[in-house]
Amino acid sequence: MSLVDQFNGAARRVPTWALYILCLIPVPWLLYQGQTGGLGREPIKALEHALGEIALQLLIIGLCITPLRQFLGVNLMKFRRTFGMLAFTYVFLHLLVWLFLDVGIVSQIWADIVKRPYITVGMVAFALMLPLAMTSNNWSVRRLGPTWRTLHRLTYVVVVLGGLHFLLLTRGIQLEPILYMGAILGLLVLRRVPKRNRVTA
Amino acid sequence: MAHRWKNTLTENDVTPEGVYMNRRQLMAGVAGLGLVGMTGAAQAQEDALQPSAWEDITGYNNFYEFGTGKEDPARNAHMMTTEPWSVQIDGMVDRPGAYAFEDIMAKMSIEERIYRFRCVEAWSMVIPWNGFELRDLLELAGVQSGGKYVAFETLLRPEEMPGVSSPVLDWPYVEGLRMDEAVHPLTIMATGIYGKDIPNQNGAPLRLVVPWKYGFKSIKSIVRITVTDEQPPTSWNKSNAREYGFYSNVNPNVDHRRWSQATERLIGGGFLSRRQPTLMFNGYEDEVAALYEGMDLVKFN
Repeated sequence: MSLVDQFNGAARRVPTWALYILCLIPVPWLLYQGQTGGLGREPIKALEHALGEIALQLLIIGLCITPLRQFLGVNLMKFRRTFGMLAFTYVFLHLLVWLFLDVGIVSQIWADIVKRPYITVGMVAFALMLPLAMTSNNWSVRRLGPTWRTLHRLTYVVVVLGGLHFLLLTRGIQLEPILYMGAILGLLVLRRVPKRNRVTA
Repeated sequence: MAHRWKNTLTENDVTPEGVYMNRRQLMAGVAGLGLVGMTGAAQAQEDALQPSAWEDITGYNNFYEFGTGKEDPARNAHMMTTEPWSVQIDGMVDRPGAYAFEDIMAKMSIEERIYRFRCVEAWSMVIPWNGFELRDLLELAGVQSGGKYVAFETLLRPEEMPGVSSPVLDWPYVEGLRMDEAVHPLTIMATGIYGKDIPNQNGAPLRLVVPWKYGFKSIKSIVRITVTDEQPPTSWNKSNAREYGFYSNVNPNVDHRRWSQATERLIGGGFLSRRQPTLMFNGYEDEVAALYEGMDLVKFN
């Protein structure tokens, strides 16, 4: 039995709820850290950034699942929806922190959404995630049929907007958002590689 | 000549650090109960400037030579050698040369200035600086009549500055002021905070403080001061001229291209900290507005 088969076998035995619990551990941890000084001198910004960054990482993990299967034969398809829902959860928490802890002033929230490109981009990405999150269940997959696949291609748009959101808010030339955007674009380009180069496992 | 300007709070009002902390915690508690609204908090800020905690002032910094993270400077700035230190003063001055830090200190009179400090990123602190007026240092070198601007340069020593290996900005960091801004009594060279030597992450051994401008104008760890007749280049302006003007006066009515400058968050309040309105010229309008009379503050931002 190959290493990949062993891995796939092990992954099959991991329940998705375990992944939910594992990936949500940072939430209480960050809140605790923020209360006790572990997030530094500006815990609101630190919490907001940490939640946003985790969301972006989960989206990127989600993008890895198809190429992992097609190029390496590693099968994590069962967890794709889990990662998507987790990413949505983190984006939602990120938005809540921005709304209630960071800005907290209704007039400024609206002005920011309309006037600040990085916030506009972020809000559009969040809005596009709503129908995806609402249809991330078996009933919707059956009900929507082929439309479901088309609809969920919106994920690609969401991830690019997420990377752009990060790029737009940094000052000067900083490496981190460039690396994220590079990874996102790289993973999207991978999907354009002709089928014959792929492993059929 | 020192003491040209008086704080609303004077040295007599300086309270030990520990008492500041207790007051701050008390304030945070009251705010948490919802008893202090937005205007109440702003009013309180006006009535008495409550200096930020030492840990906030020295633990949350932008000093990109030591990394772009807010805690990087506190972590890495110890690598910077600040002794010996001298400042090259040149350009249109009568007595150009390298001025040793000790010699400068021997001639200057140090006073405390409790100033608001407003970062362009929309956060703020209140800092009890110790320092001397820049004007006194310029007089030491003797500014010639044609000098219209003052240019400043930060130390660039890659082996002691892990941040300069990445091209975040065009190193060395440079800044500049118009001559009337430079000799304004509010403009100081800070050499201490809370009566202690200024820590490296805050710009040791001496840094500029221009309290009515965004923090990045207050250049740190200065090694060169040049008097010129032309507007000097400034680092953030070179990096992104559309977002950072030469003047960069704190102005709640002129937003940064990517975020609002109408409000700011005072560092140190934890999760409960609310934004407060940003004041015109960072609250120093009475003192400095005359410098910009007739100027379009949107165009010359």
